[in-house]
Amino acid sequence: MSLSNVFSIAGSAMTAQSLRLNTTASNMANADSVTSSTGQPYRAKQVIFSAENVGVPMQSAVGVKVKSVIEDPSPLKLVYDPKHPLADAKGYVAMPNVNVVEEMVNMLSASRSYQTNVDMANTAKTLLLKTLTMGQ
Amino acid sequence: MASHLDNDFRFLQNALDLRAYRQQTLASNVANADTPNYKARDFDFAKELTRAVDGRGNRIELKTTSARHLLPKQDNPLGVELLYRSSVQPSIDGNTVDMDIERAQFTDNAIHYQFNLDRISGKVKNLLTAIQGQ
Repeated sequence: MSLSNVFSIAGSAMTAQSLRLNTTASNMANADSVTSSTGQPYRAKQVIFSAENVGVPMQSAVGVKVKSVIEDPSPLKLVYDPKHPLADAKGYVAMPNVNVVEEMVNMLSASRSYQTNVDMANTAKTLLLKTLTMGQ
Repeated sequence: MASHLDNDFRFLQNALDLRAYRQQTLASNVANADTPNYKARDFDFAKELTRAVDGRGNRIELKTTSARHLLPKQDNPLGVELLYRSSVQPSIDGNTVDMDIERAQFTDNAIHYQFNLDRISGKVKNLLTAIQGQ
């Protein structure tokens, strides 16, 4: 039944988008974490989406899957602060490479996409309910 | 009589099947709006409906001379020919989903689906009136 697939598709997209939202929250919260459990400064995390068949193998029932969560390879921000306990010999402290502007945009985009998918699931629900009362 | 009823409803049934399938296709497009390299897909509804009503398959059959020859895989239940949407504003990550188009088509398709259901109900009512003769 094609319409029930819409639930799987929208559901997979919602899972993926909420993971993206979680990643953004983690990045924003750790924008100033100069050290972590590994002893290294926090690195921004990004999710990688990939299109994935859901349910029965049908070419057009394509949901979203988070393939992996990667650490942003861009260089860390160096801040001059010789009094900082973690400063290097030259007095620089390595700060996380979190770009707050980018993260805000990511957050807005993820929340909009999430809303769109909720909307889609609701439409499918309305259509299925109408289908149940077909011929009455 | 049963075959008459079948014929009566076949057009609407085919249309409803295709509408549901299109809804699913459009849902995939919207869901993958942020997936890199995803290509938006859709099909020509009018063409597929004509084909379904005529009862012709649009698949090109390959003639095989050995049991080990591979046949093209039937990728969807209705045998619909899925096409790729040409993008209006291509994005750098290779994604061709245009949210405005997809949302508009999704809503349009949902309304057509409901219209179709309404027509089926109308047909049932007509038949009941004919049966009861009142």
